[in-house]
Amino acid sequence: MWDWTFTFEILPVLARAAIMTVEATALGFVIAATLGLVLASIRLAFPVAGVVVTVLVELIRSTPLLIQIFFLYFVLPKAGIVLDAFTAGVAAIGIHYAAYCSEVYRAGFENVPRGQWEASIALNLSPWNTFKDIILPQALPPVVPALGNYLIALFKETPLLSAIAVLELMQTAKNIGSETFRYTEPVTLVGVFFLVMSLVSAGIIRMLESWLQRR
Amino acid sequence: MNDMPMVRFENVSKRYGALTVLDNLNLDIGRGEKVSIIGPSGSGKTTVLRMLMTLEAINDGVLWVDGEPMTHMMQNGKLVPATTKHIRRIRAKIGMVFQSFNLFPHMTAMGNCIEAPITVLGLKRSEAEERAAELLDMVGLSAKKDHYPSQLSGGQQQRVAIARALAMRPKIMLFDEVTSALDPELVGEVLQVIRKIGREHDLTMLMVTHQMGFAKEFSDRVCFFYQGKICEQGSPAEIFGNPKNERTRQFLNAVLEAG
Amino acid sequence: MWIRMLTAMLAGTLLLIALLSANAEYRLFMPGLLEGAVLTVEITLLGAVLAVFMALIAALAKLYGPLPIRWLSTTYIEIFRGTSALVQLFWLYFVLPQFGVFLDAFVVAVLALGLNIGAYGAEVVRGAIVSVARGQWEASIALNMSKAQMLRRIILPQAFTAMIPPWGNLFIELVKSTSLVSLITLADLTFKAQQMNQSTLKTVPVFTLVLLMYLAISLTVTIGMRLLEQRASRGLTRGRVA
Repeated sequence: MWDWTFTFEILPVLARAAIMTVEATALGFVIAATLGLVLASIRLAFPVAGVVVTVLVELIRSTPLLIQIFFLYFVLPKAGIVLDAFTAGVAAIGIHYAAYCSEVYRAGFENVPRGQWEASIALNLSPWNTFKDIILPQALPPVVPALGNYLIALFKETPLLSAIAVLELMQTAKNIGSETFRYTEPVTLVGVFFLVMSLVSAGIIRMLESWLQRR
Repeated sequence: MNDMPMVRFENVSKRYGALTVLDNLNLDIGRGEKVSIIGPSGSGKTTVLRMLMTLEAINDGVLWVDGEPMTHMMQNGKLVPATTKHIRRIRAKIGMVFQSFNLFPHMTAMGNCIEAPITVLGLKRSEAEERAAELLDMVGLSAKKDHYPSQLSGGQQQRVAIARALAMRPKIMLFDEVTSALDPELVGEVLQVIRKIGREHDLTMLMVTHQMGFAKEFSDRVCFFYQGKICEQGSPAEIFGNPKNERTRQFLNAVLEAG
Repeated sequence: MWIRMLTAMLAGTLLLIALLSANAEYRLFMPGLLEGAVLTVEITLLGAVLAVFMALIAALAKLYGPLPIRWLSTTYIEIFRGTSALVQLFWLYFVLPQFGVFLDAFVVAVLALGLNIGAYGAEVVRGAIVSVARGQWEASIALNMSKAQMLRRIILPQAFTAMIPPWGNLFIELVKSTSLVSLITLADLTFKAQQMNQSTLKTVPVFTLVLLMYLAISLTVTIGMRLLEQRASRGLTRGRVA
């Protein structure tokens, strides 16, 4: 049923693919975290533009990531923007999770007491300085665990990149499978990799959370 | 069997880790007796009721109800820890009213009063409703029977809670600081109901209370708890009129001064 | 208020689909895409039923089961939350046959997605049960109810209200993850889109229509759950006395 020799044979190949998966996760999350903050800030600063952002966020969150990946990969070239599969895929993942992250930041902003804004006005701080020096430092730390949870969620969605043939873990496992007709080992190993990484990161986030609470 | 008291705490202890909440308690409560438990917070008085209602497990000793052990049962002439089935059979004799009412928010006043009679006692709905209507009438809430808890005042909710407990036809009623969560002007209506059931029902009643006036007028016996022990007990006249223990005197002075 | 805005969005989406399909370039794709949409909805509905069922069982087992059952349920929850839906789908699709278990792709799809969402749902159910006030348990004990009676009559009905919003989110996740079944050859909305895109290269009309259709499905789910939420919370908050 389970062939250990075969397992050790494919392990290095999968390990290389795992690096690709981690890269995609890291880049995707950088986009998600930054763009999410931008979206949430626009909502906060410009209520009118905020309506557009709200609709956009709702639109992104209501449609499948896979379709969004296809959209960026196939539709953008029609507009003259040709992206390679990895870039298009990572961008799609990043934008998808930016929508989720923007909601997290928004909750963070809303949790800063009104009095902080009022005190800043009383001190005659400019809106930009109030945002940068007073609101952000209070809004961000409490939302770090929630962002962390989206980091794990994003990580678990990177196998979707296999749909546009990015050679990450899932695609590599599938390739091994179709070449050798043995799927048990590669697909199970991919599952184990994701399980271990998720459990470890979930543990780290829990620690972070209790550290934030004690602070 | 009838010479056994209604409730007997026999060498009962309760500990939370290193903290001893009740220390080797021995207490008998007679049939139909009305006993008030008073004492400073943290003296273990609420724990007495919660153990009797099986909301807290006891660490040592045996609890007897109506001549039978509740926390234990007889097996081959020896006391062994009770099974759930045994506990439920004995527990049927006890009803409880809580400080925070604990009405079921998704059911009307009537719904609260017929739920357990139907599911636990197996009464027919019509029977249960008839009985509940009588009880709601007795607590003065006939007009509110179709209201949800969120539509009732605190005093009204507590009166429904009393009717709900009585609907299970208990022999023993426990009242755990039932007026503490109420606005002062609503306390009277609840105490009035308790007086009434004391008169009209043949119940053994055990109450933890901060209403010294009510304890004095209503109970047959008053127990003063201090640091997990009964410090002094006696008739209301003795405890309130002529307390022998220094702690009792200090407590009563403090309470009366604040009141 | 929110429901009105969502309904307006749904109406707008449907209107946009109708307007676009007046155009011959778009109309061409409609029959095929609608066929795919039907499969997407079918998988969503069956997956949702399985997910709710699994979530209830797993949550109750984790809370009240004997130790081995508790472990089993924790293992299920952790494995299905810890690996990704696509890995689970591929595992059932590619690996099970190597163990001699041959399942129809449709069955695999419903199983994988239902089990996946069910694992997340289990934590939702557990959280909702745990968050019911302690006093409700105590009052039920004082009324001498059995554990099963307390759960069925007192705790679950109250937990139900708290569960609706997170389940709404999970059902949206389910709708979206049905697109993965296109990767195991099921002709759902995404599969049809891919197929039409490859055969006609009319990328923009195809993907625009598909996005709008998914949006319509998701909005319908969200509106339905909001209505359910309104209804369920009515009994608890009706005419609260200040």
